[in-house]
Amino acid sequence: MEQIITTINRRSFLKTSALAGGGLMLSFSWLAGCKPKEAELLGAPDEWFDLNSYIKIGNNGLVTLMSPNPEFGSGVKTSMPMILADELDVDWKNVIVEQANFLPARFDRQFTGGSQGIRQGWKPLRTAGATVRQLLVNAAAKQWNVPAKEITTEAGVIYHKSTEKKAGYGEMASLAVGMPIPSEVITKDVKDFKIIGTSRKNVDGEKIVTGKPLFCIDYKEEGMLIAMIVHPPFGMKIKSLDDSSVRSMPGIKDVFVIKPLEEEYERTGFDTSSFVELGVIVGNSTWDVMNAKKALKAEWELTPEYTMTMQLWGRGKTPVTVPEGLESTEGHKAQMEKSSKAKGEILRRDGNPEAAFKTAAKILERTYTCPYLAHNPMEPATCFANVKEDHAELYAPIQIPEFISNTLVARLGIPKDKINIKIARMGGGFGLRSYGHHLVEAAVISQTIKAPVKLVYTREDDMTYGIYRPTYTATYKAALDKDNNLIAFHVKGGGIPEHPIHENRFPAGAIDNYLAEGWSIPSNITVGAFRAPRSNFNAAAEQSFLDELAELAGKDPIDFRLQLLERAKNNPVGKYNDYDPDRYAGVLKLVREKSKWNQPSANVSRGVSAYFCHNTYVAEVVDLTLQGNIPVIENVIAAVDCGIVVNPDGAINMGEGGIIDGIGNALYGELTFKDGVPDKNNFHQYKMIRQKETPRAVEVHFVKNEEDPTGLGEPLFPPVFAAVANALYKATGKRFYDQPFAKQIEKIPSII
Amino acid sequence: MAYFKLNVNGKQQTVDVDPATPVLWVLRDHLNLVGTKFGCGIAQCGACTIHLEGKATRSCILPVSSVENKEIVTIEGLSENGDHPVQKAWLEHDVAQCGYCQAGQIMTASALLMSNTKPTDEEIENAMNGNICRCATYLRIKAAVKTAANS
Ligand code: FES
Ligand code: FES
Repeated sequence: MEQIITTINRRSFLKTSALAGGGLMLSFSWLAGCKPKEAELLGAPDEWFDLNSYIKIGNNGLVTLMSPNPEFGSGVKTSMPMILADELDVDWKNVIVEQANFLPARFDRQFTGGSQGIRQGWKPLRTAGATVRQLLVNAAAKQWNVPAKEITTEAGVIYHKSTEKKAGYGEMASLAVGMPIPSEVITKDVKDFKIIGTSRKNVDGEKIVTGKPLFCIDYKEEGMLIAMIVHPPFGMKIKSLDDSSVRSMPGIKDVFVIKPLEEEYERTGFDTSSFVELGVIVGNSTWDVMNAKKALKAEWELTPEYTMTMQLWGRGKTPVTVPEGLESTEGHKAQMEKSSKAKGEILRRDGNPEAAFKTAAKILERTYTCPYLAHNPMEPATCFANVKEDHAELYAPIQIPEFISNTLVARLGIPKDKINIKIARMGGGFGLRSYGHHLVEAAVISQTIKAPVKLVYTREDDMTYGIYRPTYTATYKAALDKDNNLIAFHVKGGGIPEHPIHENRFPAGAIDNYLAEGWSIPSNITVGAFRAPRSNFNAAAEQSFLDELAELAGKDPIDFRLQLLERAKNNPVGKYNDYDPDRYAGVLKLVREKSKWNQPSANVSRGVSAYFCHNTYVAEVVDLTLQGNIPVIENVIAAVDCGIVVNPDGAINMGEGGIIDGIGNALYGELTFKDGVPDKNNFHQYKMIRQKETPRAVEVHFVKNEEDPTGLGEPLFPPVFAAVANALYKATGKRFYDQPFAKQIEKIPSII
Repeated sequence: MAYFKLNVNGKQQTVDVDPATPVLWVLRDHLNLVGTKFGCGIAQCGACTIHLEGKATRSCILPVSSVENKEIVTIEGLSENGDHPVQKAWLEHDVAQCGYCQAGQIMTASALLMSNTKPTDEEIENAMNGNICRCATYLRIKAAVKTAANS
């Protein structure tokens, strides 16, 4: 049992204290919540009692749990309320889950990204649940005149065994509202969890399979207009819009240019706006506006170099210069090759790498690259906005409403508490929806036309707007002594416009002589977080390199890694090593066991890879075969250490998704540019992994422990790139250094 | 603009729209049936799949003028109570992540099972290959199709 001081969720009780003294009947639509099976559901209560920000209890015992974080498919709308429900000690079948609006005064961290939802929500949610349980217990103690200590609860019922008293939570809820908030509460022991650790289905499942409106793109209200944008290539701006032919088209209301952000506005890293101005078309229906968008003639001109002041994390006010020019992939490659040869900024240095390389018996040096990637969530960017003189309503797919709410305040001139952002279920996010440009655009459009409007991007807009996974490269160099010990390691990585290097990650800490350098090249093509940012390249490069290095050392690739981890554990080099060698080794050992690593099936080629990012450890083994020149992934076995697994089947689903997404991007993902224009703008050109390329099977195994849980949205994604590359090497005899791999396999003559 | 008589989910409806309007936007904007999703607009992703005369059809490139008096079924009309075997199998396998593609997946799968009650793995893969799931729930989709076929 853990004693928790409740200041952690003091904020979530603010409203309760204000209401103390009387039960509150809340008039919210309970149908808006997600309910379990109709048959199991208690009827609608006559009265709801607001116990804290997260929990409302009906007088009949029905419980509404608010899910604070935006849902983009990782399952937090199910798993976060599971944590609340377990500590509250209610029966899951009597729980309704409702998506919370963006309410910074009531919720601590409404942020979906970095695989942090469960990790950072763990304590606040447990505390919130346990505190309300304690309030109910205290209310019963007062009512029954018995010591609170003697009271127990089970599945929404309060008991005092010796006097045989019992009451449902619903009966005590009105009393509990007025009780003083305990300054300390006790949370459950892991062994006492009843909901955490059991598989619960997606709370929106029934709505999804019956096509209920759940997404922003489905939203509609009286008088709402539809807006679409037109944008120039990267490096250009609007010279003129010839709207004469478009204005008279059916259903078209207006055509104009907006400036999403003012020049002088100090942007944060999440205010990414790819173009200084956008053309906007507003009309009655989507098809009307789409037709006008096709017909609209625009002329572009070069954007001269400009400098923005940005507020960057850890760096404060920073001027960022956006270069002039029309960029192409060919030019990017030439620039990157040149920068690869120059010295980078030294990020970490242990021992004396230069001297150690001189004494080496063997040296291996390899360079890896990856292209830009588009996120391509299935729901294109969209946002509903209704901006009035002094207040604004927005409804949007957005991973981090907090950041963009500040931008909206500055751009609209409306105070924060008058901007109501409702969080829509997102049709995918993958990092892209951390950036709220679509909210600002929709709001500015609504403010301009003084009407409610839904901005809808076409697929082409979404794919060509920018905010891509950057293109990266890294050169790895390692020295082995005559006994095949790894004595020096050098990684130099760069990219456009940022380098990918995590200098304190494995194998740093396991090698006496270590050097990490980074460099970057500015660009006017915007980039952003993409599922496991930087890790999604680093894992691919580093884990392919370690595979080749193990081979050069004549060692089994798993043993080779385990030996390095042993070294990092017993005698670590340097102070800041960003991993726990035991947990890292744990997933390698588990994957070795589960994949029967030492008895591989004869007809498959297998590769292994392991990576630690976003606080979770993952090792993966890929088994593949080649059918002609087409790789067929037969099986993927993953071992994961994310601590306690809150919703096991949901966690497996997330793992399968991360792995298959990784295989898709490793084999096919690529976006290239010609003169500032992406060469792909829709799915006929951008190859996404589909049913036929899906592995025949994926197994996800979890290390069993009682560590606090960490996230799963990202960590299974990065390592699979290298596991595929390493298996492809076994199948083809060729190493794969440049993503995506599929088109290179097609070029190998001997296997065609 | 012109009037079109449509048969959607067993109901007769009349809409006054441009004859070239894709059925997708007639459903979403004019008939308030937003379960059918927009993903690409060029028949490449399957998010907009409906049943036209019982066949899985991409509604994003299907002009409304071509479907008068033909039977259209959307995800909202697949079953009255959300209990079509394919919907039930989807819930049993807890397929969805973000959920955006799933209406299209379910419509493709249910059309497949109408014409082929016991599809092989390869037949499932072929039939479902036109539907992108960006969250990559493909394994569960395939498992759910098999469960539905066996029910
Ligand atoms: S929206 Fe019709 S196939 Fe993509
Ligand atoms: S569940 Fe997200 S696109 Fe399929």
